Amino acid sequence: MPSEVAAARFRPGDRVRVRAAHPPGHIRTPYYCRGHVGVVERLCGAFANPEELAYNRPGLPAQPLYRVRFKATELWPDYREDPADVVEIELYQHWLEEVS
Amino acid sequence: MNDPARPGPSDSRGYYRRMQAAVEELLILKGVVTAADVDRQVAAMASRSPERGARFVARAWVDPAFRARALADGAAAAGEIGLEVGPLRLIVVENTPDVHNVIVCTLCSCYPRMLLGIPPEWYKRRAYRSRVVRDPRAVLAEFGTEVPAGMRIRVHDSTADMRYIVLPMRPAGTAGWSAERLAGLVTRDSLIGVERLPDAV
Repeated sequence: MPSEVAAARFRPGDRVRVRAAHPPGHIRTPYYCRGHVGVVERLCGAFANPEELAYNRPGLPAQPLYRVRFKATELWPDYREDPADVVEIELYQHWLEEVS
Repeated sequence: MNDPARPGPSDSRGYYRRMQAAVEELLILKGVVTAADVDRQVAAMASRSPERGARFVARAWVDPAFRARALADGAAAAGEIGLEVGPLRLIVVENTPDVHNVIVCTLCSCYPRMLLGIPPEWYKRRAYRSRVVRDPRAVLAEFGTEVPAGMRIRVHDSTADMRYIVLPMRPAGTAGWSAERLAGLVTRDSLIGVERLPDAV
């Protein structure tokens, strides 16, 4: 694990919103979840920021990485299958906002 | 999204082949890697097959303590039975009577190569990657897989540093079977989650 690590701001069970941002570059946050609300399923550890690594920069401090669970109906308002279905996505902390 | 320097889907194969050859040549010329390094990696990748994942799953079926360790830390559990998985984390997602798991990488084609080897072509195609997060039952039906009513689907998008493998439910009719015999029932597609294993006859 990298030596410089950003402190984890979220815990399993916390509701989070993915930033509705569209910066250029190597972004590992899928478009389809931006702006949507999910629940933190687990903290996966901390990893150097891939948006920086892609340009040969160190990507430090390492960003906590979470698995966030979204209801399929939250991601797709016209979802046609079982409304209890979910999608889980790995997201770095700097893409997540608190939901009050 | 629309980078004019990038090819459309129809001509991407030729484009990426040429790009790959050019980058490989440059890395070798500049002494970053040797041609032997590349050959060794290609051989190592080609030597891994879904038989590794099948062995892992069969062991979890016959050994509850191993199953618990696999769910807690997939890579460490794989290492226990001689399946080295390298530096990536491995998350094992367990099918139950209530939940069916499916794996995808919508951004590129991240895949648990350490346990399944080289991914099938369809796993890397845009059709699978874009549709399975949105219409999972429809996509599974195209694989001949029916998810019973009342069973929820959990799709795992491998967007970052984790890799995933599905732990299918142990087929009915296999009481007393050895791990070796059970491993023979496990298919690659069941470990990705696009197939449900039938009962043993």
